[in-house]
Amino acid sequence: MSDMTHPTAAAKPPREHALAEAFLMLWRDKFAFLSACFLLLVVIAALFGPSLLPDQALQMNLRGRNAPPFELERGWLYILGADNMGRSLLARLVIGSRYTLMIAGSAVVLALVVGTILGLIAGYRQGRIATIILRGADILMSFPSLLLALIVLFVLAPSVGNVVLVLALSRVPVYLRTCRAEVLEIRERQFVKAAKVLGASHARIVFLHILPNVVPTLMTLATLEFAAVMLSESSLSFLGLGVQAPAVTWGLMVADGRGYLASAWWLSFWPGVAISLTAISANLMANWIRTATDPAQRWRLEKRTRA
Amino acid sequence: MRSYFRQRTMQSAISLFGLVVLVFFLARLTGNPTDLLLPVDTPLAVREEFAARHGFDQPMLVQFGRYLLDLLQFDFGESLRDGRPALQMVLQAFPTTLLLSFWAMLISLVIAIVTGSIAAWRPGGVFDRIASLISLAGASIPNFWIAIVGVLVFSVWLRALPTSGTGTPWHWIMPVTVLFVRPCGVLTQVVRSSMIDALASPYVKTARARGVRSRVVIFGHALRNAMLPVVTVAGDQAAGMVNGAVIAETVFGFPGIGKLMIDSIMFRDFAVIQAAVMVTAVAIFVLNILIDLAYALLDPRVRHG
Repeated sequence: MSDMTHPTAAAKPPREHALAEAFLMLWRDKFAFLSACFLLLVVIAALFGPSLLPDQALQMNLRGRNAPPFELERGWLYILGADNMGRSLLARLVIGSRYTLMIAGSAVVLALVVGTILGLIAGYRQGRIATIILRGADILMSFPSLLLALIVLFVLAPSVGNVVLVLALSRVPVYLRTCRAEVLEIRERQFVKAAKVLGASHARIVFLHILPNVVPTLMTLATLEFAAVMLSESSLSFLGLGVQAPAVTWGLMVADGRGYLASAWWLSFWPGVAISLTAISANLMANWIRTATDPAQRWRLEKRTRA
Repeated sequence: MRSYFRQRTMQSAISLFGLVVLVFFLARLTGNPTDLLLPVDTPLAVREEFAARHGFDQPMLVQFGRYLLDLLQFDFGESLRDGRPALQMVLQAFPTTLLLSFWAMLISLVIAIVTGSIAAWRPGGVFDRIASLISLAGASIPNFWIAIVGVLVFSVWLRALPTSGTGTPWHWIMPVTVLFVRPCGVLTQVVRSSMIDALASPYVKTARARGVRSRVVIFGHALRNAMLPVVTVAGDQAAGMVNGAVIAETVFGFPGIGKLMIDSIMFRDFAVIQAAVMVTAVAIFVLNILIDLAYALLDPRVRHG
């Protein structure tokens, strides 16, 4: 492992130049570019949607109950049809995006932070504490995440906070193990030894020297994890163990529409499309980021323009 | 081999025990386990009598010992719904889920190995790109939505497949499909990347240089070495089958362990949930041992190490 391949060791190009380069690399990979656009759209919907459409998602319209999609006579908001209470499905999808993204995002961040801290400890100080942490991770990993969620949410009532907690809990080991493996490798490097010889405190070594080198790997992992966590949340909501009405997530919308499958398929169909597209986009983006940040693979994205 | 095996079994056993402890404390986290074990409208006197009979008024340590003793005798208590022993209900539902998972796993492994190997033959080629996109989609699309669209298309519109039950082979088509899509997508990606590595290795180059037929090179030489990571991921996916089974069985009214768990949650039937969780955990424990065995069969380094 030569130091030349390490991003911090290489000469950094000016920031603007790097951004433009990244954008060009994204533009070249059409699938990744489309995914980025779609994710941006979803994030904008989640951030600004609820304030733009404060009433439309709740406004009931008994004449428009289960209105079919692709009919513009009720206005463009009803392009995807209406649900069993005549509420615009499009508006509900936009409102639902906020909870869906918020829960998955919070769970990912929580798992990332806790996993990183535990991973730093387990990697830096070996000994009994490390063993206990790793055994705990083994227990969590050896058990299907949905089952863990079912039993925890059965005992504690399903609420937004508990759902985030359960989702985060089942994903902590992923970050913990990755972080620990990285730390074990980095702590043997010269610059860490040098810092130690110079008399740096443990905290200084861990946070100033080791952590910055672990973060890029963990961030890539987090983008990859986002889709998985979102799917778990949707499954929980679908089973009725996620957030409860009046809060709405896409998974909950699919579950609500199940009873109307024979008469109004669009109730379940569109939220499922939203979940699928978001998950596919997130996975494509994660793959792209992984390739773009890996010095050994980066040429795959760069080569095409030069040719 | 034997010491490796013993070590792995010990690890699994510790995990299993950790789960047992976790369930015990979870059940007591809300304060009173009678809240979990008895219906909500039980009068106070009945509650107290129940607590005394099951030792819930004893100190925590005594309770834990009693709980372990019950577990060792396979006594998980009775179902609230029909008063049958919880374990009996779980064991009755278990084979259905096992069979469902078996078919789903078999199909996804076969498809993943064939597709992944062909895709790895020419990375970046047309087949590879299509296969990569489809496998990524398969790993990303929520299985409950596949189930619902399946019901919509094949049951509601085409009237070709039944929506629920287990009577005929036709009943199994949709649940198995719902269950195999995600593992198949994940496994195809793993087989592909693992095969690309294996195909770039010196022994494959030697075989090709000696003029061995490409089919023999792929499936005879490269695949065996590419299988190690696949076995690991397949094991994880097989353990995760329960996740999918809960969804598939709920949607299709399939009388397996997943549906039993969801029904028990709706009835707040804690004894059955606890039994189902434990039986699943033991099944995964056995599965992990089988995976270690497969690993030793594939990799001589493990056998002799």
